[in-house]
Amino acid sequence: MIQTRDLTYGYPGSAPIAFPDLNVAQGSIVLLSGPSGCGKSTWLALVAGIVQPASGSVTVAGQSVGTLSPVAADAWRASTIGFLPQKLHLSEALTVSQNLAMAQWASGRPEGHASIDAALKALGVADLGARKPSQLSCGQAQRVALARAVLLRPQVILADEPTASLDDEAAATAISLLVTTAMEQGATLAIATHDGRVAPLIPLTDEGQAGYTALKLSRIAAGATV
Amino acid sequence: MKTIALSWRYLWSRPLSASLNVLLLSLGLASITFLLLVSFHLNKAFDKDLAGVDVVVGAKGSPMQLILCGVFHIDVPPGNIPLKAVKALKDHPMVASVIPISLGDSFRGFRIVGTTHEYISHFGAGLAQGHLWDRSMQAVVGSTAARKLGIQVGHTFTGSHGLGAGGHLHGDKSYSVAGILNPTGTVLDRLIVTDTASVWDVHEDHTAVNGEDRNVLADEREVTMALVRYKTPLAAMSFPRYINTSTEMQAAAPAVEISRLLSMLGVGTEVLRAFAGVLLLTAGLSVFIALWNAVRERRSDLALLRMLGASPLKIARLLMAEALWLGIMASVMGMLGGQALTALIAWMLQLDNSLLIGGLAWPVDIWVVPALACCVSMAAAILPALGAYRVSVLELLQ
Repeated sequence: MIQTRDLTYGYPGSAPIAFPDLNVAQGSIVLLSGPSGCGKSTWLALVAGIVQPASGSVTVAGQSVGTLSPVAADAWRASTIGFLPQKLHLSEALTVSQNLAMAQWASGRPEGHASIDAALKALGVADLGARKPSQLSCGQAQRVALARAVLLRPQVILADEPTASLDDEAAATAISLLVTTAMEQGATLAIATHDGRVAPLIPLTDEGQAGYTALKLSRIAAGATV
Repeated sequence: MKTIALSWRYLWSRPLSASLNVLLLSLGLASITFLLLVSFHLNKAFDKDLAGVDVVVGAKGSPMQLILCGVFHIDVPPGNIPLKAVKALKDHPMVASVIPISLGDSFRGFRIVGTTHEYISHFGAGLAQGHLWDRSMQAVVGSTAARKLGIQVGHTFTGSHGLGAGGHLHGDKSYSVAGILNPTGTVLDRLIVTDTASVWDVHEDHTAVNGEDRNVLADEREVTMALVRYKTPLAAMSFPRYINTSTEMQAAAPAVEISRLLSMLGVGTEVLRAFAGVLLLTAGLSVFIALWNAVRERRSDLALLRMLGASPLKIARLLMAEALWLGIMASVMGMLGGQALTALIAWMLQLDNSLLIGGLAWPVDIWVVPALACCVSMAAAILPALGAYRVSVLELLQ
């Protein structure tokens, strides 16, 4: 589902970052970890087709992402990627429902209110559609942001530091919701975090193994197959 | 959700800023609407009042005064001309018709015009009540004058000397109202019209003591001016020159005098236009600042939209749509404000029995207002839209 090979990215004026090779199947969970500045966000940007790799390749859902033109990358991202940012970025100009409708607008897929109501209901916030984001609790806002990320049933969900600034209980709830929703939708989930609390929150497999693929990043890392 | 709906919600997420921008833009547009409407109404009034009058022949003096007095009835006459000379004009080979006009008296601010029935038919006026005069000292009253004076057919009134208030009454000579005219939208609505003989009767009885005196005065009768229509447009080349050089009268061409008048008024119009331009420029700058700040405040929101798949062009269009909303709202408010201001001025001028400016009108020129509003707001949005276009998704990930 997500395959990277010999992937590097260079910021102007600094040494290129090299990423370990990765090959995970549909429905998997990838946990990107590493200190600040190691390239977690850059990896997310490469997978989402926001930036082009300096070398190597990224293939997501059979699409070679690095070869897409900017316009094609926008359209592809709209249909393939769901995103949960660290700061939730729910627009105060809009109600909760309208924030989700805005996601439909951005993707160019106006699927109507039924799918919005269904997404809010699935995350237990069906009755909050008419509220403004400022009227939500932290947990409610997190659920709404997740509803927005999965609204268009993406094949890949990218979550950037989803537990930052959350207490233990809220962090556990956030990860549980993310994992459950991704599993229900059969989406591949990639979580970028430097929060040590996240890994233990991801359920084990039936065989008792870690339920995720770990991708540990460090600055100028050598290529490695995981 | 459509771009236009989303932009509307974003716009009103800052209600004070949006309201002030709409208000500022509206003020400039209302000024321009007002100028366009006044110009439209003046031209329409001039065209209606001047229709069928190729030249006005009167006493020597200011030609513009002659036109303002004889055609629009908003100035005093420069003097009188002999009736014999006016009759002679009718025999001129280039003249199709001559309508004599005698001025001098008024009734409660409304001018009494001595003339012939041709003056009524010249305006295409019909009678709402009664009939046209069939003898001296009968009068028909224009619709506005009748309404404001409360005059009905059969009423009598006494004129006072002079065209303004304060003249002495011709108490021994009363007019009887023979008819009330239908509205024509011309100067005729504000006049009291009677036979030329009525004006002579009122004034000659003051100086003539017997029949012999009256016979002498009859030989020396005068009128104030004559409205002349040519048989052929070619007459415009030679007839005024003939009048001005070969007689003791002067010929004033309305078209020439009106364009001179408008060019004199033009200075004031230009000042108002410049003022409206400054208002529009200020409004444009205000819209620019508001949208620029909106982009700065919403950078992360816009980056998220990019992450969700919106193209840079789509984000820029969102900003342009916000500007378009401002332009549309300001157009509606500006045009309504301009119409209201024009209606107010029209009402005030009608109170003053002055030049007629109509109420609500939608001349073709007025559609320049929404076009201008959209141009100003869209131009103001170009740089902010470019800023929105350049928002990078990476900003969201840092």
